[in-house]
Amino acid sequence: MAQKISFKDTDMQVVIGWVLRIGVIVSISIVFFGGIIFLYRHGQEVVDHRKFVGIPDFIQSFKGIMYGIITFRGQAIIQFGIILLIATPILRVIFSTIGFVLEKDKLYIFISLLVLLIIFASMLSGHAG
Amino acid sequence: MSVLVFTLIILIGSYFAGLLGSLTGLGGGFVIIPLLTLGLHVDIHYAIGASLVSVIATSSGSAAAYVREGITNIRLGMFLEIATTAGAMTGAILAVYIPTHYIAILLGVILIFSAVMSLRKKSEQIVKHKNQWAEKLKLNSSYPTAQGTVNYSVTKVGGGFVMMLFAGVLSGLLGVGSGALKVLAMDTIMRIPFKVSTTTSNFMIGVTAAASAVVYLQRGYIDPGISMPVVVGVLLGALSGSKILVHTQSSGWLRWVFAVVVAFLASQMIYNGIIGKI
Repeated sequence: MAQKISFKDTDMQVVIGWVLRIGVIVSISIVFFGGIIFLYRHGQEVVDHRKFVGIPDFIQSFKGIMYGIITFRGQAIIQFGIILLIATPILRVIFSTIGFVLEKDKLYIFISLLVLLIIFASMLSGHAG
Repeated sequence: MSVLVFTLIILIGSYFAGLLGSLTGLGGGFVIIPLLTLGLHVDIHYAIGASLVSVIATSSGSAAAYVREGITNIRLGMFLEIATTAGAMTGAILAVYIPTHYIAILLGVILIFSAVMSLRKKSEQIVKHKNQWAEKLKLNSSYPTAQGTVNYSVTKVGGGFVMMLFAGVLSGLLGVGSGALKVLAMDTIMRIPFKVSTTTSNFMIGVTAAASAVVYLQRGYIDPGISMPVVVGVLLGALSGSKILVHTQSSGWLRWVFAVVVAFLASQMIYNGIIGKI
């Protein structure tokens, strides 16, 4: 029994390793690509970030970002890549949860679901604020 | 300053931040906030957002490698993530109510603390002490070394958990990984071998940062034009750093140089915070 569990644990390590690696590579490539478009279109403009004014309206919502990607706007593509990057560790928790389900480790299924719940609550709190 | 010049300066600065951060183990986020706020007069909210994103990138990138080597204690990480994510959420909510100059001062204090921590001597400690909670939560584990597999136990689970809650709040409030605090909690309180505590801390940093990043994303702290060069630069720098580390042993003098740089930037943050310029 003990051996079976340790075997599954190493499986989980490999899967988690891949999730993190692919997540980072894909999201950073998208950010980089969006960055080139952004610089091409806005490179000569003058920057001023002295005052906090939030982010441009068109990337404020997920719908807006999607529309921005279709219309090839650099900032929307960058923001999409950043959202994927933020999702990467969350995805890792989801994969660990699946791993614990496969191992039938009830305690850790509960613990990883609790972590997901906290992140979800955090997401909602940002929405309200 | 044009967008192009601004982007290039951040890109180069972030590259070196990532390089030094990975060579010294402090992480690149540390230099980013002072670079953006003091050097380029970027509002601290944007700086925190960009730093947080770069923290996720570097911690996920290096965690990918460590996890596969089997050093990271996934169960311990998972369990402590309850504390760090709850803390990060609290920190991100608190950030709205705390005036920015207090945030700058607090960041400076944490920077100095982390710089000092990075100079500490590291010794591997193996504890074989029975702890009821550690056994119930299956936290005791083993890790591979050159001398074969080593078993270790975890002590003071409750104390470590509380410390992680605090580390999470600071991470959410300041946009840093607060890896130094996480390592401190696992090293000195839970008495975990150093290699395990650093890799497990790194493993947790990504999720912790993500828990507050989801808040900052919606509040508009994460600006694509600023975050893009930061995250690309820091990640490339960290990658080069890990390549160098394979060839040379991390040198003591480099740690000192970085600690002095960080301490200088930290005092600038504190000074500017006190006179209310940030």
